Amino acid sequence: MEIFLQQLINGITLGSIYGLIAIGYTMVFGIIGMVNFAHGDVFMVSAFIAMIFFLLFTTVLGVSSVIMALIAVMIIAMVLTGLLNWAIERVAYRPLRGSFRLAPLISAIGMSIVLSNFIQVAQGPRNKPLPPVLSGTITLMERNNFAATISYKQILIWVVTAVLLAGFWYVVQKTPLGRAQRACEQDRKMAALLGVNVDRTISLTFVMGAALAAVAGTLYLTYYGVVNFSDGFTPGVKAFTAAVLGGIGSLPGAVLGGLLIGLIETFWSGYFSIDYKDVAAFSILAIVLIFMPQGLLGRPEVEKV
Amino acid sequence: MATAKTTSGPGGSIAGAARDAILAGVVALGIFGPLVGLKTEQNMQNELVITTRWGLVAIIVGIVIAGRFLLTTTIWPAMTRNKLRDKPPATAGEVAFRARLARWFAPTGLVFLFIYPALMVYFLGFQGSLKWVDNFGIQILIYVMLGWGLNIVVGLAGLLDLGYVAFYAVGAYSYALLATHFGLSFWLLLPMAGILAAMWGIMLGFPVLRLRGDYLAIVTLAFGEIIRLVLINFRELTNGSAGISSIPKITFFGIYSFDVSAPNNFAKVWGLAMSSAYYKIFLYYLILLLALLTAFVTLRLRKLPVGRAWEALREDEIACRSLGINTTNTKLTAFALGAMFGGFAGSFFAARQGFVSPESFTFMESAVIVAIVVLGGMGSMIGVALAAVAMIGGTELLRELDFLKAVFGEGFDPDQFRMLIFGLAMVLVMIWKPRGFVSAREPTVFLTERKSISSSLVKEGHG
Repeated sequence: MEIFLQQLINGITLGSIYGLIAIGYTMVFGIIGMVNFAHGDVFMVSAFIAMIFFLLFTTVLGVSSVIMALIAVMIIAMVLTGLLNWAIERVAYRPLRGSFRLAPLISAIGMSIVLSNFIQVAQGPRNKPLPPVLSGTITLMERNNFAATISYKQILIWVVTAVLLAGFWYVVQKTPLGRAQRACEQDRKMAALLGVNVDRTISLTFVMGAALAAVAGTLYLTYYGVVNFSDGFTPGVKAFTAAVLGGIGSLPGAVLGGLLIGLIETFWSGYFSIDYKDVAAFSILAIVLIFMPQGLLGRPEVEKV
Repeated sequence: MATAKTTSGPGGSIAGAARDAILAGVVALGIFGPLVGLKTEQNMQNELVITTRWGLVAIIVGIVIAGRFLLTTTIWPAMTRNKLRDKPPATAGEVAFRARLARWFAPTGLVFLFIYPALMVYFLGFQGSLKWVDNFGIQILIYVMLGWGLNIVVGLAGLLDLGYVAFYAVGAYSYALLATHFGLSFWLLLPMAGILAAMWGIMLGFPVLRLRGDYLAIVTLAFGEIIRLVLINFRELTNGSAGISSIPKITFFGIYSFDVSAPNNFAKVWGLAMSSAYYKIFLYYLILLLALLTAFVTLRLRKLPVGRAWEALREDEIACRSLGINTTNTKLTAFALGAMFGGFAGSFFAARQGFVSPESFTFMESAVIVAIVVLGGMGSMIGVALAAVAMIGGTELLRELDFLKAVFGEGFDPDQFRMLIFGLAMVLVMIWKPRGFVSAREPTVFLTERKSISSSLVKEGHG
């Protein structure tokens, strides 16, 4: 029971991070029908931005309150990562809109290589460890010397994720920008005819996806305390799996999928074998795409001739 | 190009372009400022400390501003003008020249490839030629072969396979395991590796028959990663991440060996000075022949019903089905044949390296091969070969640029920029030529004369 509870807590934490990244995939796919392959690396870059500014605040500027530093770091990471993804969309994807179908995907794969190698060149190939922050835990249940605990970090991740998702939900459902996004998703040409600035909406979609990825990056950094230039690929693919599992194009689906992937991964490594946990995630991706391509909450794709 | 970019910047004036360039500079400062300007390094206590590099940031931002200004004021307007101006119809001489170029390019290239090691040996001697035959010749030809193999799946059948490296891995591990455990010869294992890889191609092809486009790409990526992870974790068989070492060398059809200790060593038998160059030259011709076999099979298959079915499938799957083409068989044969050539290349790779580990079969490798096929122009054999030369040869060449050290200081290592430049090249080529270097299509059936079809006339289906 304690182990189960512990895995549940860990899984939800991991799943929150995946869910935040997955939203970026699902929004971009919904609006321009493209798998933004570089999104995992955008997430990795955001973790690096967070790491650099956290270090700057704590060691150089001497900010003593960790919470204040984390909040400031998160906001800076959101802004800068948003800027980065805006620039990427402008340079690498927008010129290819309306081009043949594989071109944006190849361009995105190229961008993914560029991002990870740029970080490797600029920041060096070694792991970047941070001193532990928020290291306290709360014991929930204890028996036979095994305690199920929840750490302050995990609470932080849950709270931040929940608050951001609520805010994000409000933006998409209630604001003019969200309405424009949903309109572009349904029919880009018609939205343009009705006065929606499609290019701007798509740009903002990339910025929003990147901002959520930056939150995930900051949380990932605080949770694991270490980041490496190659950390973008595997979380990226898992988040994509989450987006597909939840039904690509569906925002609640992305969060649900993220939580499920997080839970499956932790339970798999808790009860079966930690070696094969990535195999489990990749297998789910393949199985879902093959047998249930519309996902849990997505709409089935109708093939028109 | 986006509409905002093809016009000459906001306002169309120098002032507008300058404002635009400054804005680009601000964006560049925001992105590169922290990531380049604040380098984090570990000190002796394993703590991260920040060292600043503002000079480098200033240079990068300066380049971005100048580049953006030049683009908006001169390059884009010039490109627009070129596009608007009517091109004069090609003269008869030009047409004849192009036709001759197209006819003579492949034979000339082939002759060059066959005399390439001889040229290198002639100019640089046996030891001096090693690097050029091995690092450039063999390396590029492996990717040419992989590109041609994947070209069957991606270029002809139009199925985007991001897990091609899995078959390469199957071929490499088949040779590595069977040769080290059972001592079987390369010439026996080469076809076996191909068959095993083809079987894997069918096995992985079956479940993805219904998928198309991006989804197919992602599932094949997942399969590729699963195979790599199994290679890492199935330690009893594959020795995990440590890999398999001391894989036997290829023999000259069993007549001569290239092992130094063997009595029938090539150099000993012929009384030559000991050098590893003979083996490398032998490997060079071997991979050249294997690559040419791939090309030959592909070119012949294009003229058979199955090849025509592949290309029909690429253009329009629904039309294919309506015409009674068995899409299941068509897709599976494409997967199997593509995988088979990947397996051949894999077993060659294992024999050449003498060592295999899961490190060599990462997703990046698949991405590089797909990039070569797409950048070359899907379906064009010459294009794929050119792309392999440009991308692999170009990035290999970076290792040689020692004079850059004189420019950027002693600590500068051009090698680390290899993949960065590779990625940038992928993006830039896609923007410049989304359909690749050689995008015109060569029809296999024609009425009176063979004319290549411009890519602008070919509509890509959703396959």
